[in-house]
Amino acid sequence: MLRIKNLESGYGRLKVLKKVTMHIGAGEIVTIIGANGAGKTSLLRTVSGLIRVRSGEILFDMRDVGNLPPEKIVFRGCSLVPEGRQLFGPMTVRENILLGAYPRFRKKDGDGVRDDIERIYAIFPRLRERERQLAGTLSGGEQQMLAIARALMARPKLIMMDEPSMGLAPLVIKDIFSIITRLREEGNTVLLVEQNAKAALAIADRGYVLETGRIIMEGTAEDLLSNRDVQRAYLGRDLDAEEKM
Amino acid sequence: MLRSGACARSACSRSLHEERTKDLEFFFQYLVAGITYGTIYAIVAIGFNIIYNATGIINFAQGEFVMLGGMTAVTLHRFMPLPAAILGAVVLTTIVGAIIEIAFIRWLRRPSVLRMIVITIALSILIRETALHIWGESVRSLPYFTGSSMTSFQWGGVYVSPQILWVIGIGVFVVAALGAFFNLTMLGRQMRACSANRDAARLCGINAGNMVTLSFMISAAIGALGGCIICPITYVQYDSGTPLAIKGFTVAILGGLGNSTAAVGAGMILGILESFSIWVLPAAYKEVIAISILLLILFVRPSGIFGSAEAARLKDF
Repeated sequence: MLRIKNLESGYGRLKVLKKVTMHIGAGEIVTIIGANGAGKTSLLRTVSGLIRVRSGEILFDMRDVGNLPPEKIVFRGCSLVPEGRQLFGPMTVRENILLGAYPRFRKKDGDGVRDDIERIYAIFPRLRERERQLAGTLSGGEQQMLAIARALMARPKLIMMDEPSMGLAPLVIKDIFSIITRLREEGNTVLLVEQNAKAALAIADRGYVLETGRIIMEGTAEDLLSNRDVQRAYLGRDLDAEEKM
Repeated sequence: MLRSGACARSACSRSLHEERTKDLEFFFQYLVAGITYGTIYAIVAIGFNIIYNATGIINFAQGEFVMLGGMTAVTLHRFMPLPAAILGAVVLTTIVGAIIEIAFIRWLRRPSVLRMIVITIALSILIRETALHIWGESVRSLPYFTGSSMTSFQWGGVYVSPQILWVIGIGVFVVAALGAFFNLTMLGRQMRACSANRDAARLCGINAGNMVTLSFMISAAIGALGGCIICPITYVQYDSGTPLAIKGFTVAILGGLGNSTAAVGAGMILGILESFSIWVLPAAYKEVIAISILLLILFVRPSGIFGSAEAARLKDF
């Protein structure tokens, strides 16, 4: 579905991503783990068009989307749930959801949107309760749910999530991750970027490890979970030390 | 009045009574005038706010839209009936607004505030000088929409010109229509989304650049409409945009930048204050009121009387 080859990008003179190559198949949950500043967010921002591609290519559904602006990429079926939610704070919950469905209105699918709003409210009952509230007044967990709901309203083929667990209470994180699993069961493809590597690998099919802008490791989620280096660097366990004890 | 014993007690009290009703009539007369000007100031301020919300910049050429609207309507009125002339003026000014955005604003990437100020001030000078070339220095005016400068309603001793009712009526209509547009239509919501969070709006598939163009067009349109409705009362000249821009800017700041509902309230405050100032101060000081308020607000409460200080801190200026 998504195929990235030797992708490089950055801000100004600073090159953040260096020769990143990866792919995501339909129906998968793929996770990218890595420390702060590894380039995870930059990768998602580049794929969604917010940062320009320096070199390399991004193929989405076999077509190059590397130089499209973000508003065009959404129309191709690739949505981003940005880091830090980025809701329309002074607008109501319902308005946020409606705006997420903007590409569908453009494609004259207004009826489908109405059904989808019901579907979204079934997944996130809290949003129905808060329909008329301003998005900026929601709790952190509710805001994250709304951000996911807004992205889903475009009916993307691929939904990319940037740190959905950031700043949330452990119970809420559990909710969000069970929702992501549920999205996969409903046939969605998810690219999940997380610092919470353990939780991300627990629900993912495959994973990539990003370090200082390079992919240094890739494999199935189980392989990565049991890898010594990954455990030491990202899961907070040192197997070598444990064996010595 | 104190003509000692010569004045009979009853006569004295009658003249006092007459003076009181006269004062009351004056009071309402000034109030009506204040509301009329306040409406125009509010319309100009809303024009500032729409562009400010979409781009974060102050369009100092806003007053020129008002002048262009009035001038174009006067010229068109020679060839066509008044409603068509006003419609034509609004459409033409809207096109000018779009051209300005596409030619001077759109291609700038992340311009600094100072650069935008210089550009919009230059644009206002450019438009003013072009207007001077086209129309000369003469003062022009549209006829009253209904009746003439002589006809007026009388409400309990207060004379109200029919044009004042047109100004207030159209002002109310503009505010209500904009409210409906921004809150109930998908296009209006897209514009609000862009001003709330531009990147997030683009991630929803909204073309943010087009929304900015649209904001310039709407501002130009309501500015031009304001110019047309006030033109029969205040007349229009190539340079009549600048003082209106200053008043509109004062009102926008007074209400809190970006807040159009507050701009209506602030417009009324400035209009009425100005109008009553004639009562106590020489008429020449009328213009001083707006500037004094502007300075006072900028010193004391830059977020505006209706704005929150917290929101103001997040703004560029």
